[in-house]
Amino acid sequence: MEELPLYLQSIIAALIIFGAIFAFIGSLGLAKLPDFYMRLHGPTKATTLGLGAMLVGSMVYFSVTKGSLTLHEILITLFLFITAPVSAHILSKSAIRSRIYDSTGMVEEKTRELF
Amino acid sequence: MILTYAIATAFGIVSAAILLNAYRLFQGPDVLDRVVALDTMNINAIALLLLAGIWWSTDLFFEAALLIAMMGFVGTVGLARFLLRGDLIE
Repeated sequence: MEELPLYLQSIIAALIIFGAIFAFIGSLGLAKLPDFYMRLHGPTKATTLGLGAMLVGSMVYFSVTKGSLTLHEILITLFLFITAPVSAHILSKSAIRSRIYDSTGMVEEKTRELF
Repeated sequence: MILTYAIATAFGIVSAAILLNAYRLFQGPDVLDRVVALDTMNINAIALLLLAGIWWSTDLFFEAALLIAMMGFVGTVGLARFLLRGDLIE
């Protein structure tokens, strides 16, 4: 790691810690919440935001150390922000089809209407 | 100096997140819970690769992170679709 001025280090460190905490909150939701549809919320929203913050931090770091703007990380950010809702949608659809119910009974009611 | 401590802390936090995902992966009452746990593990692995890239100040890890992101999405959609239809290509 190269030595950077203090304010740049603080910005990058803040972005990285923010991202790591959000990734952890998403995983905690995945581990703790009671049913499948609630568990889907954590990874698809919180973890994606956390990774986005970490990617911005990495982008700032490489832009500063190389002396020119590097936009590689935007690729991963865009790809993840597009694909996370798609995979969440297809997962919840297949959960409804394989008759996984939630604790409130709303999904069961909807499933009866559909099939 | 701040950055060194921040990256070390973030390594710890993300590793704890991966342990929580592993718990859901082994515990998960349904197959789809395991699929979601694997997908989240992919995202956390990308985070670890990015932190390693900053730690060693190299962008060698960037291509690996991009590959994991793409393959993770394809794998998740493939598994979910297989569970939805019992078949990948009709």
